[in-house]
Amino acid sequence: MILNKIKTEGLKKEDPGIIPAMERRAFLKMGLLITGVFAGGSILSATSIVEKAFASSREFADKYPYKPHYSMVIHQDRCIDCELCMTACVKANNVPTYGYRTRILERDDPKASERKREFIPVLCNQCNNPPCVLGCPTKATYKNPANGIVMMESKKCIGCKTCMAACPYNARYFNEETMAVEKCDFCFNSRLSKGEKLTACAEACPAKARIFGDLSDPASEVYQSVHNLEKTVWVLRPEAGAKPNVFYMKG
Amino acid sequence: MAEDVTKTADVAVMPGGWAGVRGGVLQALQGTKGYYAALIISGLLLLAAVAAGLHAKYIGTMHAYGATREVPWGILISTYVFFVVTSTGLCLVSAIGHVFGVKDFMPIAKRAIFLSIMTIMAGFFVIAFEIENPLRMAIYNVISPNLTSNIWWMGTLYGAYMFFMAIEFTFLVLNKPKIATIIGFMGVVAGVAAHSNLGAVFGMLHGREFWYGPYMPIYFIASAMMSGAATIIFFTWLAYKTNGQKMDAAMKRALEVTTKVGILLVSVILFFTAWKFITGFVGGEAKTAALEMLLTGSYAFNFWGLEVAVGMVIPLALFILSKGQNLKLIVTASALMIFGIFFMRYDLVIVGQLVPVYYELGVNEYTQMLSYTPSAHEILIVLGGIGFVGLTFLLGEKIFSGHKSEIH
Repeated sequence: MILNKIKTEGLKKEDPGIIPAMERRAFLKMGLLITGVFAGGSILSATSIVEKAFASSREFADKYPYKPHYSMVIHQDRCIDCELCMTACVKANNVPTYGYRTRILERDDPKASERKREFIPVLCNQCNNPPCVLGCPTKATYKNPANGIVMMESKKCIGCKTCMAACPYNARYFNEETMAVEKCDFCFNSRLSKGEKLTACAEACPAKARIFGDLSDPASEVYQSVHNLEKTVWVLRPEAGAKPNVFYMKG
Repeated sequence: MAEDVTKTADVAVMPGGWAGVRGGVLQALQGTKGYYAALIISGLLLLAAVAAGLHAKYIGTMHAYGATREVPWGILISTYVFFVVTSTGLCLVSAIGHVFGVKDFMPIAKRAIFLSIMTIMAGFFVIAFEIENPLRMAIYNVISPNLTSNIWWMGTLYGAYMFFMAIEFTFLVLNKPKIATIIGFMGVVAGVAAHSNLGAVFGMLHGREFWYGPYMPIYFIASAMMSGAATIIFFTWLAYKTNGQKMDAAMKRALEVTTKVGILLVSVILFFTAWKFITGFVGGEAKTAALEMLLTGSYAFNFWGLEVAVGMVIPLALFILSKGQNLKLIVTASALMIFGIFFMRYDLVIVGQLVPVYYELGVNEYTQMLSYTPSAHEILIVLGGIGFVGLTFLLGEKIFSGHKSEIH
């Protein structure tokens, strides 16, 4: 909206390439303000960036509650929609044909200057304040106390589907064979618990769009990305207050 | 069916307690053709629902029901809500007289308690086919309770509520009104707690803007009273038709004051509804989208026609016009209300899910609202729930002799 205004104000339609310096500066300024970079290191500390990204209090930023605190950073601009992650996920986790644990959404912006379409991979956000876990009557879904992954214990699932209605990210489906709701568990059952370091999707991604790791480890790539003052990091639907552990960034 | 009904026994002076019940059973065998026809239709609806429900379980609910991954809660959930709201309402309306001692309300109390038990059972009947694993529920609700889950509290408290109501009714039949009053009070407490938790099942979903907030538990309680008033008026009238009797002055007075409760509560719900929309429109895009669906979109007929006109405005007008005296108007209003309220619950449950969770992200996959259409299986189960209430109501009238054992 802001972009449209700046582009059209005082300009003829046929020369969108020419933007007066003042306008350009105003636009950049606005962009920096929005991203928070403008404030620079003097105002924003590294922890407060995480705070912003979580859209919540500093409880997680000060000390990550899990060790390892599994997390994924998705470089949105790197995704090329090859869907190898989806295929790998289905294979690794035996996902039925009618379900999916991860998918790639697409967003078009016909007015964008270069690429007109971007891809947004989505999966369970392994929230720190998960509405599904809050609502499940029998603790069939729960936060793994060691690593924060939102898990399922199928035998306890009564199939009320409250978790499906509760999820702000549409990350759950009902499996007719196990008669239980299923979801992404960061490949905990299929890979991590067997010594693998990466989720199937992260491993399969040829563009390194999905970075998986331990957010509580300062040496990890996810920590480095999320705590990078030069970058903007965000989460999907922060207003839902679920405090996701899947972050998004560009560049 | 009413006119040539049996008049062999004057039920008003029948002995109370189990002797009376025995007499009632005998009386049930002496119904009219109309009575039996209604009984058989209700029974068939119930059987069809059981068949549909079992078939759905057999072929998988994914194939049998209209609910999907994006809209996991369908008409079975909304019908469950409809029945338990009605049950709670009946309990509350009966409690005005029988627990809190307002004499004018006494004559409707016993039937209301009976129907509150039957409507909650109808709710459980319907949701039994919605819950995928009732057996796991029975086990893990007990050994693995999640105390932050409203659905756990709701289920558990409704269990307690049904238990209290059943005990209360038993003591009323046994002519022990004092104990019944104490148990009845516990029933009211459990009912209000359970029912506000049902509201909170929706109100606590912080990823669903249409429902999220303290509004739902409050709205549910007020809404229950509205349902309860309409339901007891309608069924009291139907009972007198069935039994072919004339209402005495006390019963007429009871319906008059219940009409007043109805007027008050319809007004409250209209007020609530208006403010939900007014506040909603300054909210986020997703919430606005849901409200627009009701106001001008694909649910506009449901909202304006069924919820607002049939469910509230016309009944309110009829209630007022009746001055609490004109039974025809009162009963028509109540029947319309029950019908409209069914869709009120439906819209509440369904529309809350129709805005895609990624709507505001602006992605190509979710530019449109989602949709849901009930399947034949689901509709049959819903009709079965109604059949259950019909069947038990008809039997109850005979077995418990028009619910006339004295309440003082």
